[in-house]
Order: sequence, then structure tokens, then C-alpha cells
Amino acid sequence: MRIGVPKELYAGEKRVATTPDVAAQLIKMGFDVAVESNAGAAANYSDTSYEAAGCSVVSVDEIWNDSDIVMKVRGPDDEEASRLKSGQTLISFLWPAQNPELLQKLTDSGVTALAMDSVPRISRAQKMDALSSMANIAGYRAVVEAAQHFGRFFTGQITAAGKVPPAKVLVIGAGVAGLAAIGAAKSMGAIVRSFDTRPEVKEQIESMDAEFLMLDFEDEDGSGEGGYAKVMSDEFIKAEMALFAEQAKEVDIIITTALIPGRPAPRLVLADMVESMKDGSVIVDLAAEQGGNCELTEPGKVIEHNGVTIIGYTDMASRLAAQSSQLYASNLRHLLTDMTPEKDGQIIVDMEDEAIRGATVCKDGKTTWPPPAPQLSVAPPKAKPAPAPAPVAEKKRSVAGPIIGMVIAGLALLGLGAVAPASFMAHFTVFVLACFVGYMVIWNVTAALHTPLMSVTNAISSIIIIGALIQISSENEVIMWVAVATVLLTSINIAGGFAVTRRMLEMFRR
Amino acid sequence: MNIEGIISVSYIIATILFILALGGLSNQETARRGNWYGIIGMAIALIATILGIVTANYIPLFVALLIGGSIGLIAARRVQMTQMPELVAILHSLVGLAAVAVGFANFMDPDRLAHYLGVELTIHDIETYLGILIGAVTFSGSVIAFGKLSGRMSGSPLTLPGRHFFNLALLVAAIWFGYQFVLQSADGGGMQPLIIMTAIALVFGIHMVMAIGGADMPVVVSMLNSYSGWAASATGFMLGNDLLIVTGALVGSSGAILSYIMCRAMNRKFLSVIAGGFGTGGGTSAAASGEDQGEVVAIQAEETAELLANAKEVMIIPGYGMAVAQAQHIVYEITKTLRAKGVNVRFGIHPVAGRMPGHMNVLLAEAKVPYDIVFEMDEINDDFPKVDVSVIIGANDIVNPSALTDPDGPIGGMPVLECWKGGTSIVLKRSMATGYAGVQNPLFFLENTRMLFGDASDTLDKVFKAL
Repeated sequence: MRIGVPKELYAGEKRVATTPDVAAQLIKMGFDVAVESNAGAAANYSDTSYEAAGCSVVSVDEIWNDSDIVMKVRGPDDEEASRLKSGQTLISFLWPAQNPELLQKLTDSGVTALAMDSVPRISRAQKMDALSSMANIAGYRAVVEAAQHFGRFFTGQITAAGKVPPAKVLVIGAGVAGLAAIGAAKSMGAIVRSFDTRPEVKEQIESMDAEFLMLDFEDEDGSGEGGYAKVMSDEFIKAEMALFAEQAKEVDIIITTALIPGRPAPRLVLADMVESMKDGSVIVDLAAEQGGNCELTEPGKVIEHNGVTIIGYTDMASRLAAQSSQLYASNLRHLLTDMTPEKDGQIIVDMEDEAIRGATVCKDGKTTWPPPAPQLSVAPPKAKPAPAPAPVAEKKRSVAGPIIGMVIAGLALLGLGAVAPASFMAHFTVFVLACFVGYMVIWNVTAALHTPLMSVTNAISSIIIIGALIQISSENEVIMWVAVATVLLTSINIAGGFAVTRRMLEMFRR
Repeated sequence: MNIEGIISVSYIIATILFILALGGLSNQETARRGNWYGIIGMAIALIATILGIVTANYIPLFVALLIGGSIGLIAARRVQMTQMPELVAILHSLVGLAAVAVGFANFMDPDRLAHYLGVELTIHDIETYLGILIGAVTFSGSVIAFGKLSGRMSGSPLTLPGRHFFNLALLVAAIWFGYQFVLQSADGGGMQPLIIMTAIALVFGIHMVMAIGGADMPVVVSMLNSYSGWAASATGFMLGNDLLIVTGALVGSSGAILSYIMCRAMNRKFLSVIAGGFGTGGGTSAAASGEDQGEVVAIQAEETAELLANAKEVMIIPGYGMAVAQAQHIVYEITKTLRAKGVNVRFGIHPVAGRMPGHMNVLLAEAKVPYDIVFEMDEINDDFPKVDVSVIIGANDIVNPSALTDPDGPIGGMPVLECWKGGTSIVLKRSMATGYAGVQNPLFFLENTRMLFGDASDTLDKVFKAL
């Protein structure tokens, strides 16, 4: 099948849906890949590099007319959508909830459309989760943008000219983007704090070496379905706002990434908080496209308010075009790999496959969005109860056992003592004592030395040779030869056991 | 000169040296000295006996000593470290065989009836009988264990129908023939029941070890170790020789403790291990819960190398698969490279990893891994949250989280290395087959687990090259 990759038409969009590296892998899977001339230019992928990877570079008309699969980054505009025809497959971001007309149009034209934004959040589909890939880049880029507008170092320094304090960064919302921002800011040397309504991300934040801001509030879990956040109660928001107001006075940079699926972005940074920030501070609002977490954000623009720069770019991922193209293209490739189980370049839209089912928004003239709720069979952490403390029951039973055993052993010994002659009892005393000595001596052996211990005890147990030596001088020929054979056997054991122990112990070196 | 006294003193010195030998083996620093104590003790005992007790037939004695000694030395020099379990097993069988031979020779001694009377004779007969019994079980059991360990025999457990009754019948028969033997021996006979009993004991030893599967071998090997000690001890009683009694008891209790440690490491009862047939009973429930675990994520050698190079803390968990693939040398090459890059590489050893107690430690020592980066399970299990990458080489059940989450499962309650608490676990495996216990391992399906399929030695070689 032929894959077509057109140039993105959306103003300022620099990304491209495949890169030369990924295209080469697609070709290996049996596809033909055609790329529109100059499709990758904005992301620094030249036509020649595509050709070198085995793609054909063609005109825009050929892409739309001759391709079986069209791969894009942004959803198609009106004109592009009308060029699609029945039998073709479109894979791109589509945002079906926000663009019902587009979805209707695609359905009517009989196109099979897969929305990269609708890939379900299940473990298996992580490799094709383009939203996470893009969020990761956006988080990194947010810190880079902040650094560009922030007039000072991120890292603290003590120089000959004096001391420079480190910048303090507050990251609100520790999803993929938030964590990426924490990582980037941390590696530039800033002091990073982070807040999230979902308490389970505390560990993740702390694992990035950032400080988790605790909200002193009776536990309300902000985790919604599929690992996203949900709307919180009024009291919670009040307490949250108080925390942000207090932090705003102290920090230099605020990066907000708070989003709730299917809703406008929550207002978290109000005008008076912005005004309370120090001059030269920077706010990066990654939720700008959904209305912004900051009251003053203007989507797509950088503004200055009372000495504070507020960055509202909505195209953070596109601003790192080469990187985001590469990750997005890899996500697409993983999706296609799952769709071509035979590796013959023929895709199968398998509606039984949870991941592909979730991404498919229309097929054969029918709208298949929204998909049924994903079964979280692969995310067991909450389903499995804590291991039951089994040993308790066992202990109860074992109390009586040893006592009964000891009583029986004691009686048996008494019985033995009653009938056995004195000479036997002397040997028996020695035997019992030796057992205890062995017990005391062996108990502390390190596990590492178990094998040498066995081979040395093996050699020592050949002391049975003494028995044969006692018999060897017998006048009885049979006994003599049996004893000789025994000496032979045991001497193998003595020499072999000690020698191999020595060899092993020689190897144990510090 | 009082020869008897000198011999007694020599025996006491030998006994003390043997105790010191075992004590020395408890610690890496003193272990080599411990071995020397053992050698000296054995030499003193031999010299004292040869000079003091042996009166004739010196030539066959020395020839036998010389031949046996050379065979032993050659075997010890030639053996591969991965073959240690087999060597130990076959050496055990020799002790068992010697006990049987000494017992028979003693019984054939015509002076026997003159020496002992009444109760003493009964006790002496029982001692002889027991010595031969234990010796024969040790012998045949060790031979089978040798066959299984060296791959000459299938490692899977043989489960005859009604095997418990079969064992019980053998035991009852052994007791009954013992009674017959004591009765007949007082009249000068008894050879016949003795031979029948020996046959029964041999069958019992074979059957017992046949029923025990591959991964329970550490218990079997240490149990046979223990038996060889008891055989020596019983022979000591028979001969009225304290040196044999003491030494046998030392070895016997040492092996028993090892068996106990192994059983505890698997959270199993000693009797249930010996009864054998493990891994067949829980099969159905394991298969039922084994389905629909999700998918595993495979990884390539190059990515593995990258993960390792970027980690700060790496834990390597070897299992029997490492021994099979002879991968210990390349493992250490990787370890050296990583440590040179400042990665803290450590080894976590589960007590029952491998086919013999301490098997993994010996293999790592052979590859010259310094022992202070090799840790026991109890020492490092709490460190896993700090570990970035765990590499699991050919191990399965010892890293199975269901041992903790599923207390009723076949391996429920067994202490395991909790590698899933760390960053990423990389599992080297040849296929997705279940481990010895027949339990599916949920670890493989965890989000932070990556599977590196293929022969451990080859794949690690690739990882090393990529580093």
C-alpha cells in the first residue's frame, strides 16, 4: 500500500508526519512512501534525505489522489477533507470531540480515519501515544521559552563578582508535560516545586528531585479516568488558590500544564497573583489552547503584564519541529506495525484490537467515535488487594508441633537409656553433643559458601575410611579386599573433596 | 608406650580440626584456612590409624590410597564450575557405597559373635543394619541425582501412581527385615535379610530422587550431604569409633541445616520436597490465572546497553539459566565496563538459585566477580526502590511477584527478589515458558519490565559489544 505524506498547511505548523529514518522502516514493512515536495523542509528534513531513504517525492495532487493511506500531523482543513475519497485511510490528530463537522464530513466520504489523539491510554498503546510524545516536547520547550524571557540564570552560582541565587520554578500539573518541564528546569539548575491534584504523582515528582507541594486538605483524590485529572470541589480549589497565591510571591517562573479532558482549562493563576510576582518573572501557560490556566494568557502570544512575561504559545511542539516530527512519526510507525501483522504493507483495521478500535473514529461510512470505555485489564495496581498476611495462621499451628516432637524424642531417649548398655550410651552422648556442635558451627555460614561447605563436609565424611582401615588387616581375604575397595573409594572422595574446595575458595576474591 | 592413648588423642585433635574446618567455612576470610584444618585433621586421623591399628596388608592399602587419591585430584582439577553439583553428588554416592561396604565387611567378621552378647549384640546389629541402610539410600539417591544434574537423565519429576504408598511399603518392609535380621544374626545367620534390605534401600533411594524435580535439587543435594554424614555416624556406632560418630554427626547436621535453609528459601516443608512431584498439583490454577496477563515488551541488546550505561544502580539477578548458558564470564565483563563508568553494579543471589546451595556464588567467583559486590537476598531486597535497572538472567520463580500477592499459589509465601520495585527490569529468557513451578510470572507483563529474548550468552555478548 502507498502511504502519502502531504505538507502541513496550518499556519506556523512546522512538523511533518514522517521522517527519513521512519520512512525507511515503513518501506521495510512493505509500504511505498510518497512525500510531498518540501513537506519536511520546516523541520529540517530535505527532499533529498527522503529520497535517500527510498521515498518518492511527488506533487500535492499525487499525494491525495494516489495514496491508500494519508498521514498528517494536524487534522485536514476543509479543502483537504474534500479531497479524501472512499477507500483511503487518514491518520492524524483529529480531535473529534471539538470538530464534529469534520468527523461528519469524513464519515460521509467513506474514509477510514484514525485519530492519534484518541489512542486509548493503555500500557500496550503507550508506544503510539502521540499526545504523550508531544506533551513531553511541550514541557521541555516551555522551560526553554521561559529561559529565553527570563533575564537571569537558572542555576545558582558563586562567582568572583558575587553570588547568584538559583531561579525558583513552580510547575502546576505534573502530567507528562509537567514532568518534562520539571526535568528540564532541574537540569538547568533551578529549584523546582510542583503541585498536582492527584496525590499518586507525588512520588514521580520526588523522583525527578523536585519538591511536591502538599495541600493541607482532607484527602480528596483528583485522579479521574485513564490517569487524567478531574474537576475538584470548591473547597479544594480555594485551598489550592491560596497555595498558589503564596507561591506566586516567591517563585520566578510558573509553568502551568493543568488540563481536564473535555473541559476548558481551570483558572489557577489570577490577575492579582500575577501582579504579586516579582518584576522579570515569567509565566508559561501550556494550557493556552484550551483557554489558559492564567487569567491573562492570550493564546498564541507573548504579553507583558506589570513586568511579568506571560507566554501563551499554542504550538510548543511545532517549535521543536525536528524532534516532534521524529517522535510523532515513530508513534505512527508503531500504530502501523500493529495494523500490519503480516508485514506485507497491507493494513488491517482490526476493530477487535483495543488500541486500534479506540483510535478509529470512522470506518465504512459509519462514525465509530466515541469508542467503548477501555478495559483496564492491564493496569492491575488497584485491582489487586494487598497480600494477605498468611504466616499468622502457620505460626499458631507450629507451636504445638515442636513440643510434641520434643516430648516424644525425650521419651524415646529415656526408653533407649533404660535398655542400652553403658558403652553404647557413652557413644550416644558423644553423638548428640556432636550434632549440637555441628548445628552451632554451621548456622552462621554465609550463603555464598554453601557449595564449598558441602564439598568440604563431603571430604570430611570420608572419615569412614577409618572403618575400612580397621578391617584391612583382617585375615579374611574377602573382608580385606572389600576394605581395600572402600579405601580406594573414600580416598577419591578425600582428595577430590579437599582439592575442589581449595580450587573454589581460591576463586573467591574480594 | 600406650598406643591406644596416642590414637585417642590423635582422634580428638582430628575432631577439633574438623570442627574448626566447618567453623572456618562460615566466612570468606577464614574459609581457606578452614579447608586446611580439614586436610590436616584428615591426615592426622589417617596416619594415626595406619600406624596404630593396621597391622598387615600395607601394600594393597597404599596402592588403593594412591590410585583413589589421584583419581580424586584429577577429577577436582578437571571439573567445570558449572558441573559442581554433579561432582558433589557423585562424591556423596562414594561415601554411601563405602558405608555399605564397611557394614558388610563388619558383618562378615567371624569375631563379631564373640565380641558382643545379648542386648549389646542386638544394638550392634541394629547399628550395622542402619549404617548399611542409610549408606545404600545415599548411594543410589546420589547416583540418580548425578544423572539428573548432569543431564544424563530427565530432570522432570517421576510421579508414579500411589508413590507415597510405595515408599511406605518399602519402609515397612525395611523394618520387618531388620527384625528378621536381628533374630537370625543371634544364631549366626542374617545375610539374606541384610541383602534384601540393601536392595530395598537402593530402590528407595532411586525412587525418592526420581520423584524430585530440577529446581528442588538444592534441597536434594544438601539432604544427600546430610545422609552421607549420618551413614558415617552409624558406621562409627557399629565400630564403636567416636571419631566417626562425631565427624558423621557434624556433617549430618551441617547438611540438615543446609536443607532447612533451602526449604525456607522456597517456603516449603522439607517433607513435601522429599515427597516430590512438585509443580504438578498447582498446574490447573496456575494455567487459569496465567491467561490474559497483557503483553510483554521486548527489547534489543543495543537498547539494553543504553539503559545499563545510563543507570546509576544496576542489580544483576542470576539464575540457573546463567549456568546453562555459561554466561558468567561475559556478565562480569559487562560488570567491569559498567563499574569503570561509575555505575554501581551489584549481584543479588536468591538462596535457591541454581541446582545446589551457593551454586551462583561459585559461578560468579569463577568469573572473578569480587565477592563484596555479591549479596544475599536478605541483604539487598530493601534496596530495590533505589535500583535503576535490574537484569534477570535465566531466573523465573525467584523473581515472581505472585509469591507475595497470591498466598495460595504454588509458590505463595516464598521469599523472592523484589526487582519490580526498582526502575526497569530486563529479563533475559529464551522463551515465554513458565519456570520450574509452572506458574506464570506477572513480572514479565509489568509496565517497567522489558524482555530480552535469546540465549543469555549470545545476547549478553551483543550487549557488551554495544557498551
